[in-house]
Amino acid sequence: MSIFLKCEEANHKCDKNQYKEASFFEMIQLNIHLIYCRVCRKYSSRNNKLTKAFKNKNFKTMPLDQKIKLQERLRQEISK
Amino acid sequence: MATHKIDANKWVDRYSDYLYNYTIVRVNDHEVAQDLISETFFAGLKSAANFKGEASERTWLISILKRKIIDHYRKKNSKKGKAEIRMQYNDSETEGDWLEERVSDPFDKTAEDDMENTELGLAIHECLDGINEKQAAIFKLKTIENYDTEAICNEYNITPSNLWVIIHRARTAMADCLEQKWLK
Repeated sequence: MSIFLKCEEANHKCDKNQYKEASFFEMIQLNIHLIYCRVCRKYSSRNNKLTKAFKNKNFKTMPLDQKIKLQERLRQEISK
Repeated sequence: MATHKIDANKWVDRYSDYLYNYTIVRVNDHEVAQDLISETFFAGLKSAANFKGEASERTWLISILKRKIIDHYRKKNSKKGKAEIRMQYNDSETEGDWLEERVSDPFDKTAEDDMENTELGLAIHECLDGINEKQAAIFKLKTIENYDTEAICNEYNITPSNLWVIIHRARTAMADCLEQKWLK
């Protein structure tokens, strides 16, 4: 296994890293790639920003169990 | 111009997150937000016949929700004594024109930043609506509900490398969309 990645692979590692699923070795590979590849650096920084945006406290979603309850009530109402 | 149609069965899937985000920043209470949204959906069902199809479903639902939020605050306010705001101080001690009162409040700035961020929340939802529906569903499970890669693969019957391709496409689309909508 080479420590040098193709861009495609580097992006894949970067995606995995957003979910903390990249191994330590993969992170080293990614960072080495980022040293010399400007395009992937851009992709990485955008990707990080996106992850941060989802962690923003102002981004909220309805909890899944509530959604299911609501869907059920709505369905009953529709069939009336 | 294409007219919009109502499909109430999909409301929860399509709009509940957006409406929830919209409501929670305005009422700041989880329970109240839930109630307001279900009220909105039921009111929408009742008046579905009045929907002309000129606006999108979401815009129409938001307009109902806005009224519900206003009603919520009206009800809340009628219960307690009316708040008094006095602009004039007639107390001899504090009389006069105080320079301090004219200085801008540094806390206002954070309030404004918060406003910008609330718009970020809605922008994310709008972008999620905009991208490919299947990609969005998988992306949401992974990013918001924090499902395991394996669990999603089993549910959708795909391989992990399929999953990562979908995630990659969704992320690229989301980043493009957010850049346009919000970062400019």
